[in-house]
Amino acid sequence: MTTTPRVRTGSRRAMFARMLLRATMVKPGRVVSALVAVMVAASVATAMMNLYVDVQAKLRKEFRSYGANIVVIAQGATGLPADALDHVKQALDERDVAVPFAYAVARTSKGEPIVVAGTEMDAVRRLNGWWSVTSWPQDAHAVLLGSRAASSVAPDGHPFTLTFEGRALTVTPGGIVRTGAAEDSRVYLNMSDFVAWTGVRPSTIEIGASGTPGEITTRVEKLKAAVPGAEVRPVRQIMEGEARVLGKTRMALLAAIAMIILTAALCVLATLTAWVLDRRRDFAIMKALGASERLVNGFFAAEAAALGAIGALAGFAIGIGVAAWIGRVNFHAAIEPRFEVLPVVLAGSVAVALISAVLPISLLRRVQPATILRGE
Amino acid sequence: MFARIVYESFRRQRRRKLLAGIAITLGVSVATAMIAVATDIGDKINRELRTFGANLVVTPDEDTLDVEIGGVNLKPASGGGYLSESDLLKIRSMFWRHNVAAFAPMLPGPVTVQAGSTSASVELLGTYFSKALNFGDATFTTGVRFTHPWWRVSGAWPKDESSEVLLGEKLAGQLRVKTGDHVEIGGRTFAVAGVLSSDGPEDMKVVAPLWVAQQVLGKPGAMKRVLVSAMTKPEDALARRDPKTMSPEVYERWFCSPYANSIAHDLQQTIPHSRAEQIRQVAQNEGTVLERIRGLMLLVTLAALLASALAVSAAMATTIFERRSEVGLMKALGAGNAAVATLFFTEAAFLALIGGAAGYAIGNVMAQQVGHWVFNSAIAVQPVLLPIVLGIAVFVTFAGSAASIRKAMKFEPVYVLRGDA
Repeated sequence: MTTTPRVRTGSRRAMFARMLLRATMVKPGRVVSALVAVMVAASVATAMMNLYVDVQAKLRKEFRSYGANIVVIAQGATGLPADALDHVKQALDERDVAVPFAYAVARTSKGEPIVVAGTEMDAVRRLNGWWSVTSWPQDAHAVLLGSRAASSVAPDGHPFTLTFEGRALTVTPGGIVRTGAAEDSRVYLNMSDFVAWTGVRPSTIEIGASGTPGEITTRVEKLKAAVPGAEVRPVRQIMEGEARVLGKTRMALLAAIAMIILTAALCVLATLTAWVLDRRRDFAIMKALGASERLVNGFFAAEAAALGAIGALAGFAIGIGVAAWIGRVNFHAAIEPRFEVLPVVLAGSVAVALISAVLPISLLRRVQPATILRGE
Repeated sequence: MFARIVYESFRRQRRRKLLAGIAITLGVSVATAMIAVATDIGDKINRELRTFGANLVVTPDEDTLDVEIGGVNLKPASGGGYLSESDLLKIRSMFWRHNVAAFAPMLPGPVTVQAGSTSASVELLGTYFSKALNFGDATFTTGVRFTHPWWRVSGAWPKDESSEVLLGEKLAGQLRVKTGDHVEIGGRTFAVAGVLSSDGPEDMKVVAPLWVAQQVLGKPGAMKRVLVSAMTKPEDALARRDPKTMSPEVYERWFCSPYANSIAHDLQQTIPHSRAEQIRQVAQNEGTVLERIRGLMLLVTLAALLASALAVSAAMATTIFERRSEVGLMKALGAGNAAVATLFFTEAAFLALIGGAAGYAIGNVMAQQVGHWVFNSAIAVQPVLLPIVLGIAVFVTFAGSAASIRKAMKFEPVYVLRGDA
């Protein structure tokens, strides 16, 4: 009776902590299996949520292989201003690719009209990965021939002459491109050679920009300001297809993840409920020794919360590893850990653990301790 | 006696059996739904990828070059050969007809459009908008509305039988023409049904029903190319080989796989004097996208299977652990380990089969819900999945029970019965 309230609460807390700790030490097997259930559920949930957050960025990268999603087109016949490409590049991100194209209709030695395009080969190569090219031209005056153009002007691979406004240019075939579209009928020349020969400036800049639709829209606005007088527009065919496929994939993934997390949560619920039910004798002894309802509830709740939190943390670490593995296997790029998932997983695990502790306790509350202790 | 024990066990411990059964049902239904979604997702995404437009093009088999810049043909109209519109019907009788989602014939040609006092020299493009073609008793509706889903029309799409036209957005602005006005093309007057916006070269074109273009351009029954939107399989090593160098068996395997190349080959053989090619921008890239999404769903399905297996195991472990005293009693009465194990495994098998069958049915419904919610179409659940799913259910239930049964058998009957274990 002489002890101060401060000490008494202190020793109570110590006792509470000791009970919590001993409960796990006495029967480690059951605790471990409960912990494993929480951990597995948390890691599956983490991996799936991480995937869900990151999958759009990963898939967007795949969609970039479709090529340009923004085009800048000169208005009028004079082509784009000479510094347009530099302005465009300044308005873009590091990862974005901008490729200038200049077109002219030349004549072959037989007098047939043929479209000759000037461009930067390295940039085209990065932008249009779907072009099937036998070999990219290396030397000066080596050209990339469309497959139909090749069989018309250089069926045997010899150098040939093109004429534009009376000026002739002899070029050697450096490779053949096949796309199934207009490119097949063209001859692609290096931009510097093309400008020196025809004097025609680029009329189109094709841009492969990565980012969300919102980011693309801001980039289009920036480009409009950077190249006044030119028409800047997103390529609707690519943008709409991408948005649609991404949306559907995300929804399918969401449905799958919801099912998985539900199953994982139920697995935890089943395991923890069994664990608590299994300890009904502890519960009965505590009550028989005079523990209040609040204390018993608090004890089991604290135990469940601790279990949920520890399991969630360990599961989060494993889940990040799983997500990274899926990223490497499927997308050949790591999926970065998303720490904003952690609070969700943590709160979810603790909540499920609490529910699975409270449910059996409220069941047991109605039973007399003596009945439980007698083993009935 | 054994049958009676099993029967009584189910009759008396209804709540426990129900709980274990629910766990199995849930696990199996999630597994069924996920497997169904994962096996069907390739097909579903393939359909969505058709939003990118046609992936095959059929052109006349001739050597003259296209002179085309920015989608506008600069060559005189007289040049080059044509395909015959009547050959389009053959597409629906070719080998890969079921993989052809849509096609649209195209006939371009230069015209002068006059509206009031202003006029412009532009390209007239004749095509199908949404034409119903009859093949015997089956109809197939096709046209640019299916092959070019990104085209938008303010006003109305013209009927394919009508003599109404669409005007590209920019051209309409230039000529100051609105929906419902009339324009004069080649001495004939046409009503403008709507204004087309494509964000592409069509914004400067007149788009008309194919028969109108054929009459105006003086090419009856002709078309310049056909754009085909087909469902294809991602390209692999076999797909890239040249069919001319294949042995007959390899050729057959190549031809019977829906690669873009083999469908193109089929088209080329079906339509006389033609040459069919894949449009690589669309055809090549959809393969990669498809592979990624399929791979993703496969891995997610694995996660789902793991989660449901764990849920089932956990539930089984719990039910058996709760029945320690029963084990103790049986052993005290002289039952051997084998008899106890057989009893538990028999019960587990019953639970797995009942729960598995119920789970399969519920999983079916779940898969349909996902299909309708995400893709607006049903997901095909193969009946062959039922035995597979049942097998998995039994296996997982056994695996989940095995550890607990072994543990239950290790208890000394005395302690168990006293309630000390």
